Amino acid sequence: MSSVAFVLIAVLTLAAALAAATLQKLMHATLSFALTFVGVAALFFLLGAEFVGLALIFVYIGAVAVLVVFTILLTRRDVGKDRGANWGGAFLAVAMFGGLTWAILKTQSVAIAAPHIRALTVRRIGEALMTSYVWPLQCVGLLLTAALIGALVLVMEEKQ
Amino acid sequence: MLQVVLIVSAALFSTGLLAALSRRHAIFILIGIEMMLGAANLNFIAFWRFSPQSQPPTGIMIAIFSIAIAAAEAAVGLALVIAVYRHYRTTNVDHLNQLKG
Repeated sequence: MSSVAFVLIAVLTLAAALAAATLQKLMHATLSFALTFVGVAALFFLLGAEFVGLALIFVYIGAVAVLVVFTILLTRRDVGKDRGANWGGAFLAVAMFGGLTWAILKTQSVAIAAPHIRALTVRRIGEALMTSYVWPLQCVGLLLTAALIGALVLVMEEKQ
Repeated sequence: MLQVVLIVSAALFSTGLLAALSRRHAIFILIGIEMMLGAANLNFIAFWRFSPQSQPPTGIMIAIFSIAIAAAEAAVGLALVIAVYRHYRTTNVDHLNQLKG
């Protein structure tokens, strides 16, 4: 794992996340949100989980970000600005970050270097999905169908 | 090295929390929740990478399922935002105070 690339991608991801959380213009914040997930996917690539990184890009940039843009345009009257960070939220977020960092640095067992691992091929993931994880896979299929139908029912026009 | 990844993930989580707590636009509260989910996925992948090999790769599997569930959640959440907008003509959560005592 290249540390220069890691630092660059981490800084980019966190800057984009901060922009998504605080920018006042909604469209700019949405684009920063997409950029955040590009960064997270790049971190996945660096950690050796290429398939999950690709899935993240497909799902978040291909579907969720586009859906968010559509929703912003459909709720057009509010297009424009949103208040950025306020003090209470910022204080809680900083406190959360401080607490988590303290806990991570205090835990000795996570101060380890990366072991050498066998490359994760799509074949291995597919085999695991079709053998040990076949019930969760079916349940996720059911969940996605239910979510699709539920979303349609929620946005359907009511006939008077 | 695992510590660095965990700290990056903690920072991403805190930023998502900041967005969820301080935004007033419903869609951006949802975006904050998505960022927190992304941070959790990053943790799963990091722990998978830094732990001894396992077959099946459990961390990868949990991350894949979590991405699928996050997609379903985003679809339903955005549909809810559109439905609320139709009724109340606003997406500002401060104005949705009909049930307030």
